[in-house]
Amino acid sequence: MSNKSISKSHQEYLSAIKRRKRSILIAQIGILILTLVLWEVAANFRWIDPFIVSSPSRIVKLFIEYATNGNLHKHVFVSLMETIVGFAAGTILGLIIAIGLWWSEYWARVIDPYIVVLNSLPKTALAPIIIIWVGAGYSGIIVTAISVSIVVTIMNMYNSFISTDPNKIKLLKTFGASKPQILKKLVLPASIPNLIGTLKISIGLSWVGVIIGEFLVSKAGIGYLIVYGSQVFKLDIVMMGVVILAIICALMYKIIASIEKHFIKWIE
Amino acid sequence: MDKAKVVEIKDLGITYHTIEEETEALRDVNLDIYHNEIIGVVGPSGCGKSTLLSIIAGLIKPTKGSVRVNGRLVDKPLNNVGYMFQSDQLFEWRNILNNVLLGLEIQGKLDDEAKERAKEMLHSYGLGDFIYSYPYQLSGGMRQRVALIRTLILEPDLLLLDEPFSALDYQTRLAISDEIGTILKKEEKTAIMVTHDISEAISMSDRVVVLSQRPGTIKKIFDIKLSCNKERTPLKSREAPEFRHYFNEIWRELDIHV
Repeated sequence: MSNKSISKSHQEYLSAIKRRKRSILIAQIGILILTLVLWEVAANFRWIDPFIVSSPSRIVKLFIEYATNGNLHKHVFVSLMETIVGFAAGTILGLIIAIGLWWSEYWARVIDPYIVVLNSLPKTALAPIIIIWVGAGYSGIIVTAISVSIVVTIMNMYNSFISTDPNKIKLLKTFGASKPQILKKLVLPASIPNLIGTLKISIGLSWVGVIIGEFLVSKAGIGYLIVYGSQVFKLDIVMMGVVILAIICALMYKIIASIEKHFIKWIE
Repeated sequence: MDKAKVVEIKDLGITYHTIEEETEALRDVNLDIYHNEIIGVVGPSGCGKSTLLSIIAGLIKPTKGSVRVNGRLVDKPLNNVGYMFQSDQLFEWRNILNNVLLGLEIQGKLDDEAKERAKEMLHSYGLGDFIYSYPYQLSGGMRQRVALIRTLILEPDLLLLDEPFSALDYQTRLAISDEIGTILKKEEKTAIMVTHDISEAISMSDRVVVLSQRPGTIKKIFDIKLSCNKERTPLKSREAPEFRHYFNEIWRELDIHV
């Protein structure tokens, strides 16, 4: 295709698409810059009280201060570690439970009402109980993160498993396939797109769990930083925590999206 | 020449149960099928055509009677019976070669020799350039050819075709049915093909079995003898003078009122 000479109208069509893409990107960045500039100006001219709303320059200054004295690394590392461990454990455990439910339709039906209740229950309400039971350290926070994300993983993946094309299952059965083979060769690979969609949701939920946990009990982490900042009424610290959180979450989402791109080849 | 009996269907019957009712889908089906025969099965919709195939494939247990393939009682899916579906059922995440190898993989027969054989077959069926392509890159007709190779590579003694061309457009359907019919004859396969297309059944089959309304039972069996018999292919069959005659008779036998 690429070595073919492109007609003029096709060239115009392609460049129109490119132009539109670029204009969307410029608008996106523009909104960010405009917000930051407005914020800075408004704080500088005292239209708003910088003591309460902080300002970009104050956040940057504080960021440099925290980054140089090493405190920032510690907080980011702790939260990141808790989130990744909680996210991974929640996903693996959720997958195993979903596979179990797919395996036994009987137990899937038995357990269904409990899953429904757990799903509609705000899991953050469980956080204090979990922390008392599991302990006030990292483990309590990680378990909180798992509890927030796991129900969505179970429900999404179970629904994905049971919606596997029955004709494809029939095909494997005509080959004489066993249930583990049907799982391995068909049900799991067919669910990869849904798994990636679920990862996108559960990474965000893991962060919710970690921040809640850190709000309740912690000596370090981004959630700790935010709560500490609000308690000593240093809104700069709070704002910095939120901004760092936003950046890290965006990066993680990007990583999952690039994994998706890699796997999505075969999806039209 | 006395040909070997491949399939023996004896007093076959099946009754389905649902919460609302029980349905007798098939009753007293008796049929013997011999080596290298292609049997077309037609019948009004809901007469149990596909159920019959599922029973022969060992996917459903009959309520009454039995099916034997090469003398062996069918009580589970047998390795020497191949099944082709309405649509190709290729796995989108596997390339063409790995799709073809799926059955061998399941049956634990995958080795280098099998891989070579798969590649050879893909080449000889005109798919040599697509060995490492993904299903979405192939046309409907090509995909159905891949599905056929996936079935044939297991070297089944019996092929079950469940409306294998109904998902294709008309032209592709004619071309592919001609191709597959010819391949089945060349490879000396025995096949049972369920279809709702009377022309397709006549053009491809040696015998056409007409099933009745539910509960499905064999109403009549037509021996298809066409005067192009010297070198009969599905497409040429359609030109034979007797074709129309069979068509009309089968149509009358189906007794369809709308």
